[in-house]
Amino acid sequence: MIKLPAPDSEGLQARYPAVFDRPVSARLAMPAMLLGAFGIFAFGLVHLGFSPARMLSGLHQLGWITLMMIPPDPGSSLPLYLKALGETLSIALLGTTIAAVFALPVSLLAARNIVPSNIFRFPVRRFLDSIRGVDTLIWALVWINVVGLGPFAGVLAIAVSDFGAFGKLFSEAIEAADRKQVEGIRASGGNALHEIRFGLMPQVLPVIAGQVLYFIESNTRSATIIGIVGAGGIGLQLAEQIRVLEWQKVSFLILMILVAVAVIDWISSKLRFAIIGRRAVA
Amino acid sequence: MTVAVTILPSQQLAALNEAYRKAVARKRLRITLGAAVFSAAVIVASVGAEVNLRTFFTYFGNFVSYFDRIFTLENGSRVWTDIGEWFWGWRKWSLYLGETMLISYVGTLFGAILAFALNFFAAENTSPKPWLRFVVKRFMEFCRTVPGIVFALIFVIAFGLGPMAGVLAIAIHSTGALGKQYSEIVENIDMKTVEGVRSTGASWLACMRFAVLPQVAAGFASYSLLRFEINVREASVMGFVGAGGIGQELIVAVRKFYYSDVSAILLMIVVTVFAIDIGTGWVRGRLFGRDRRA
Repeated sequence: MIKLPAPDSEGLQARYPAVFDRPVSARLAMPAMLLGAFGIFAFGLVHLGFSPARMLSGLHQLGWITLMMIPPDPGSSLPLYLKALGETLSIALLGTTIAAVFALPVSLLAARNIVPSNIFRFPVRRFLDSIRGVDTLIWALVWINVVGLGPFAGVLAIAVSDFGAFGKLFSEAIEAADRKQVEGIRASGGNALHEIRFGLMPQVLPVIAGQVLYFIESNTRSATIIGIVGAGGIGLQLAEQIRVLEWQKVSFLILMILVAVAVIDWISSKLRFAIIGRRAVA
Repeated sequence: MTVAVTILPSQQLAALNEAYRKAVARKRLRITLGAAVFSAAVIVASVGAEVNLRTFFTYFGNFVSYFDRIFTLENGSRVWTDIGEWFWGWRKWSLYLGETMLISYVGTLFGAILAFALNFFAAENTSPKPWLRFVVKRFMEFCRTVPGIVFALIFVIAFGLGPMAGVLAIAIHSTGALGKQYSEIVENIDMKTVEGVRSTGASWLACMRFAVLPQVAAGFASYSLLRFEINVREASVMGFVGAGGIGQELIVAVRKFYYSDVSAILLMIVVTVFAIDIGTGWVRGRLFGRDRRA
C-alpha cells in the first residue's frame, strides 16, 4: 500500500491566499443572500395568509375534490365539449397565423441589420415590449369589449399578444442571419428589397417557421384558458363546470386538454423536424 | 484581373438544366401542397372560431376608441393633463402590485424547492430507477400542461378566495416547468465527477450533493430567476379568478368601465414587468456572466 504524503497545509495556504483568506464580505455574501431570500419568503407566507390550519383544511378539501373527480365523465355534453375543443384549436391556429403575418414586416423594422438607425428601432422595440408585458388574458378582456363575447375575441387576443413576442423573436432571427448572402445579392446589382427577399428570407424563413409551429403548440395551452374570461373555447366550459362543482365533468375536460396538447405537441415536433432538420430543434 | 468563366458544352448544360428544373419543380410542388393544406386548415379554423370580418370592421373603431376612452378622465380631458387624478389610487394599486410580486416570489420558490427535490429522479443519468423516472416525468408533465389559472380556479374553491390559492397554483405550474429545465441541465453535466465521487464509495445522495450540485447550481439559479419573471406576468392575472393580486382590481375596473383606472393599472403592470425583466436580467448577468442571459 502506498502511503500518501501528508498535505502541506501551511505551504498551500501561503501559496493560495485567495482561496484560504477570502475577504469577509465575500464569505458573507452567500449566507446573506440566502437569509434575505428566506426572509422575504417568510414575510410572504405570513402576509399572504398562509397558516397550517388553512393548509390542512384546504388539502382535506382538495382530497375530496380529487375523489369526486373519479371517474371522469362528460355526462350528456360530450358533443358540446368536442365543439369547444375544436374552437380552442381554431383560436390557437388562427391567432398565431395572424400574429406571424403582421409581425414579419414589423420585425424587419426592429432588426439592427435592416434599420441601422437607433432612433427608429428603439420605439419599435419598446412598442413590442409593452405589448408583451400585458398578459393574453388582459388582451382578451380588452377585445371582448370590442367584438363581444366569443371565440373571435380570443383569436384577436392571442394575435395581439403573440405579435409582440414574434416581433422580438423574428427580429433576433434576422439579426443572426449571415451577412454574406445579402452582400452577394447587392454585388450582383439587387436593390434593398431584393436583398431582403433573396438574401435574408431564405435564411430566416425556416427559423421563423419553427418558431411559429412552437407557438401554435404553446398557444393551444393559452387558448384553453382565455375562455375563463369569456373569450370562447374549452376554458369557458371548464370555468363553468368548476363554478357549479361538477367535478367529474371538470376532470374529463382537463383530460381532453391534456390529450389535445399532447397530440398537437407530437404533430408540431414532427413538422418542425421536417422543416428545419433535427439538429436545429434541440 | 480578369476571370474567365468557362461555359460548358450545350449537351452537358441541357442535362444540368433539366436536373435543376426537376429539383425546383419538386420543391415548388411541396411548398404549394403545404400552403394548400395550411390554407384549408386556416379556413376550417376561421369557421370554427366564428370569425366574422364584418363584425371586426364594424367594431374595429371600438378598439381604437377603447384606447381613446381609457386615456380620458371622467371630466373629458386627457389623462396626462392631471397625473394626480389619473393615478388617484396609486397607493392601493402599489400594495396590490407588491402582493402580486410576493405571490410570484413565494410561488416560484415553492416550485423551485419541489422541482429541485424531484429533478434528480427525472434526469436520465442520475435517476436511480427507470420506473421512478417515468412516474416523476409524467407528474411534472401534468403540472406544466394544466394551465396555472385552472389550478387557481380549483384551489380557490378548496383553499378559499385569496392569494394563497394563487401561490399554490403558481407553485405547481413552476414545479412542472422548472423540473423539466432542471433535469435537462442535469442530463448535460460531465459524468466524470460523478464517477469520481462514486468510486470513493459515496451513496447516491452524496453523489448528487458533491458531484452533480456544484455543476448545476448556477444553471438552476438562472432558470429560477427567469421563471420568477414569467410568474409575475402570470400572477398579474390570478386576480381574475379571485386568487389575489392586482388582477382583482383590473377586472373590476374593466367590467365596471372605470376607463382611466384601466389605463393606470395596465401602465403600472407594464412598468413593473419591465422593471423585473431588467432587474432579473441584471442579476443574472452579475451572477453568471452575460452568456447565460440568452
